[in-house]
This record gives sequence, structure tokens and C-alpha cells, in this order.
Amino acid sequence: MTDTPLLKVSGVSKFYGSRIGCKDVNFELWPGEVLAIVGESGSGKTTLLNCISTRLLPTAGSVEYRMRDGNFRDLYHMSEADRRFLMRTDWGFVHQNPADGLRMAVSAGANVGERLMAVGDRHYGKIRETATDWLGRVEISADRIDDQPRAFSGGMRQRLQIARNLVTGPRLVFMDEPTGGLDVSVQARLLDLVRGLVNDLGLAAIVVTHDLAVARLLSHRMMVMKDGHVIEHGLTDRVLDDPREPYTQLLVSSILQV
Amino acid sequence: MSADLATYNFAYLDEQTKRMIRRAILKAISIPGYQVPFASREMPMPYGWGTGGVQVTASIIGPEDVLKVIDQGADDTTNAVSIRAFFQKVANVAVTTHTKDATIIQTRHRIPEQKLGENQVLVYQVPIPEPLRFLEPRETETRKMHALEEYGLMHVKLYEDIAINGRISKTYAYPVKVDGRYVMDPSPTPKFDNPKMHMSDALQLFGAGREKRIYAVPPHTEVVSLDFEDYPFEIQTFEQDCALCGAHGVYLDEVVLDDKGGRMFVCSDTDHCEDRREHGHVGAMLAPNQEAAE
Repeated sequence: MTDTPLLKVSGVSKFYGSRIGCKDVNFELWPGEVLAIVGESGSGKTTLLNCISTRLLPTAGSVEYRMRDGNFRDLYHMSEADRRFLMRTDWGFVHQNPADGLRMAVSAGANVGERLMAVGDRHYGKIRETATDWLGRVEISADRIDDQPRAFSGGMRQRLQIARNLVTGPRLVFMDEPTGGLDVSVQARLLDLVRGLVNDLGLAAIVVTHDLAVARLLSHRMMVMKDGHVIEHGLTDRVLDDPREPYTQLLVSSILQV
Repeated sequence: MSADLATYNFAYLDEQTKRMIRRAILKAISIPGYQVPFASREMPMPYGWGTGGVQVTASIIGPEDVLKVIDQGADDTTNAVSIRAFFQKVANVAVTTHTKDATIIQTRHRIPEQKLGENQVLVYQVPIPEPLRFLEPRETETRKMHALEEYGLMHVKLYEDIAINGRISKTYAYPVKVDGRYVMDPSPTPKFDNPKMHMSDALQLFGAGREKRIYAVPPHTEVVSLDFEDYPFEIQTFEQDCALCGAHGVYLDEVVLDDKGGRMFVCSDTDHCEDRREHGHVGAMLAPNQEAAE
């Protein structure tokens, strides 16, 4: 890890009319670090994630990102073209529902290759080779490369979505409930895979989840949200083992023990 | 016709409408390949019959123009005959079937085989102007993609073609990049005609009536068909020559002759074929020694 953060979020607020989406959120994210945002549904996790990932314009605050040239740039002062270019090269976004992040009507190979073609790759053979390689890394067998994601199971779709996002070698990945809707054994495999990839590639990631087990496994640090406010923030093990806020204590004690 | 009766303005559309369409055309010419929205009018023919092309033609035609209309390359099919008759009636202009005599050529599907000159305008009837439409259904999104030059998706389509069929199987409406900037759908012309659009001497105008868009390729503009480095763009080739005029290297239509597998291949461009026959070219089917056999 270096001394300079990758992402600086300061004073981000989002209001839906008079209702609060999220309020006055500040944090920094370092390269290679995984931050989990947890909280119950309606607590503003996804709103915050969307505000940071430029999918939703915040009402106030700024989000600065350190570009590959080392300079910080305010995302909301960049041109839309630059922002979209950043989103499809240096960033990834993994949706809860793979259908939102994949093109369901084109083959797995084309799904993985899309980002490469978007940045100007024009050699079919090389694109296919890279796609095959990435399918292997997310444990999808190479003979499924010409199948459409509709023919894939939920877990495979989610892995394909991850491959599609990582193919351009991003430095920052956003994940919105990446294991939502998957059964436990598939979840475990996916978490293993994500953990491996994050370690190998040195990715920074922001993971939104309501599942504390996911946060425990994946993240280094976590933020607990309630009613749009960040109420507790610290190292994952500290927050989960020694929760200070009453709400966090409630959250931690609500985990079913089997 | 009695003077009391209401009559049409020259070329059917009223002058204000023509002015509006001409403005759209001028804008389209200034931004090659960009789709300019325009207030498309109801025309006395159904959508899909060339209402866009007819409106463009009506706005640019003058009393001295000579009009040619082709449908699938032919001057004598219903669509071509009706549109030609329409302009004869509402604009009283001279019409022709000879490519070289025409000043305006309205077309669906084909670009004439004969090279067009700088005094000619080619007007295309376009059903779906948006090349990204079947890949991205949202108009807001496709416009943004054009604006930001995000054309990766177009290659996803071509990738998919190769993955499934082993080659780029798109044979018509083959996407092109105009003047190094906008990706454009050349309407349902066969890809055989794509190279003719490149650096053409003639002005090319595209009108989509139902979709309310006009776009253009000005003369001497680069038009490049999209492809992959290892799967380059290719046009169709034909093994046979035209059965009537013996032409080679032109676009041929297959005509089924009977229910016993009999068929002939004949020039899709009827004027080109007739012209060649007048100049003494003879294809296999019209050759004298063949006639006796039949």
C-alpha cells in the first residue's frame, strides 16, 4: 500500500426531496484495500455507492479519484466522456443482479470482450484469447465461451460479470451485494474467488452488503450505516468483535449461529 | 383542373415544410453521418414505402431536375413506379430510368452500378437509421454513445457474428464509420455497395420518415466499413455472370425459373443490364446457340 489514497470522499450527501439518502459521508480508500459498507436495507448503502461511482449525482460533497498519472481529479468536474471512459477502463461495477451488468443476448466471450473492444481492440483472435483466459480465471470452462449468459446458472453469471469487469485491469471495483440471491455453497465459492482475485490483482474494492459474513471475509475496513448516516467506522475485525454503537451491537447479535 | 379547386404545391410539400427539411439536410451535410431529427410529415403512402426518402426528394427537387427511382436496383417494381408517378404528378418533373441522365436518384437498397457524378444526388429510403438500435434499445443511451464516440458495442455485434458463424455474416445495412467520426447505418443496401459510398463524387442523403431522422454523406467523404484486423471487411462475390448481359463483378439477383431447380442470376441494376445489352453484350441465357436448345 502507498501513502496516498486512491479515492477521497468528502461531505457526500444525497437528498431525495426532504428525505435523506445519505448524509455527510467522509472516507478515504487506499490502493489494494477492501471497504465494506453494511447496514439494513434502506440505510443508504446503495445510494452512497451510486454517488461515489458517478451513477447518481450527489446533492453535496466531492469525490476525488487518483488517476493513473498520479493526480487527483474531482469526478463531478470531469467531462462525461472522461468519466465514462474511466468507468469502463479503470473501474468495475458488479451488480447484485447479473442481468443488470451483463448483455444477456450476446455470448460470454463477447461479454468479456466488450470492454476490450470499447478501448479500441480490433483483433478478433486476441480478444477471444483474453476472454478464454478470463473465463478460466473465474472457473467457467472454455467450451462455454459461445454460450449466452441466459444458459448460465446464477453463480456462473455472477462470475462472468466479475470477469467482464476485470478484463481491462481496473484499480477500483464497486460491488453491490455481489452474493445476494446465491445459495450458501455458491456464495462461499464466489467469495473465495473474489478474495483471491482481489489479492492477486491488488484491487481496491468497495463492497455494499447486508451480510456481515461477506464483510468479514472480504473486507479490511467497514462502515456501518443507519438512516443515511455512517454511525461506525473501523477495521472489520474490530467493528465485528467489539461493536461500540448500540445499532452495530444489535446488527452483530442478529447473526444466526448454527 | 379548375382554378377554384385546391391543388398541390410544387412537389407536394408546402414551402415551410421544405424549408424545415432543407435545414435538416444542411445540418446533416455539415456533420457527416450524424442523424438530424426533423419533423417528418404524413405522406400519402404508408411508412416503410419510402416516406423519408420522398420527403428529402420533395425538398430538393426543382422543375429542371430529372428523377430516377429504383427499388432493389430495379426501375420497374411497384415501389419505384409509384414514387416516380407521384413526382411526375405533383412536381411535373422529367423522369428517367437511365442512371447517367438523372440528377436525383431515389433508392431503396441499391447504389447504381454506374459511377455517380458530382451533379447527382442519391437519396436513400431508410427504415431504421440507428445502427446501434438492436444492441441498445434506449434512444437516450444511443445518442449519448454517438456523442461520446462509444462504438465498442458495434464490434461486439461483429464479434458475435464471427463466434457463431465463423465470419462476419452481416450482408446488408453493414455499419460504416463516416469521416472518421460517426458510425452510420447505410440503410438496407447490400454490403456490396459499401465501397461505392467511399469518396463518392455524388451527394448522398438519407431520409427515415417513421423514425424522423435525416443524415448525409457529403461528396468526397471517407466511408469505412467496420471490421476486425484478422477478419477484414469483404464484399459479396458471385460465381456466375449475369444471364442476360454477361456482366461480371456486379450485384446479381437470383431468379427462380421453375419448380425443378431452374434458376438464373441477373443484374440487380436493371438499367445497367439494359444498357449493356444495347451495347451488344450478351449473357449465357440470351446467347444465339442457347435459343435453339430451348
